[in-house]
Amino acid sequence: MIRSELIQKIADENPHLYQRDVERIVNTIFEEIIDAMSRGDRVELRGFGAFSVKKRDSRTGRNPRTGESVEVEEKFVPFFKTGKLLRDRLNGK
Amino acid sequence: MTAKTLTRMDLSEAVFREVGLSRNESATLVEDVLQHMSDALVSGETVKISSFGTFSVRDKAARVGRNPKTGEEVPIHPRRVLTFRPSHLMKDRVAAGNKG
Repeated sequence: MIRSELIQKIADENPHLYQRDVERIVNTIFEEIIDAMSRGDRVELRGFGAFSVKKRDSRTGRNPRTGESVEVEEKFVPFFKTGKLLRDRLNGK
Repeated sequence: MTAKTLTRMDLSEAVFREVGLSRNESATLVEDVLQHMSDALVSGETVKISSFGTFSVRDKAARVGRNPKTGEEVPIHPRRVLTFRPSHLMKDRVAAGNKG
């Protein structure tokens, strides 16, 4: 399923809404999640999962081609943990 | 960094502000989006949201695990797990926003 198919499903179920409003609604949801994480916040959607930000410490990496040491700076990466309900549903419980 | 936790309520509040719908209907729509994504994943589909990320379901084989506290061996049954791969845009925005 891709974004446009998700939008279409919601639009089909809500014939009273304009397609462009459904697009804005779906886009707003994903946009809000990215915004929250870029502020360092968590987004917890019970039953579905939680989006959070993890810190990766700085480390000494190596250029795999030359074997040369390079300093890799600390960085922040997005992380998703599946919710219990969805995990159970995936396994037919 | 004082991290807050957002919930469905914050997402429906954002929808409410963005589109002129009632709070109630905004909340229902947020729920519907999550429900459709969950249903697709449960049916084994990959959910690919451009400029957000990709959710995919992977099959894990059975293996022998160990209770780390007691050292006891326990069988881990084959299972399906969900993985999320963030888009470049998400990675870049999260990295930029949390820097320094």
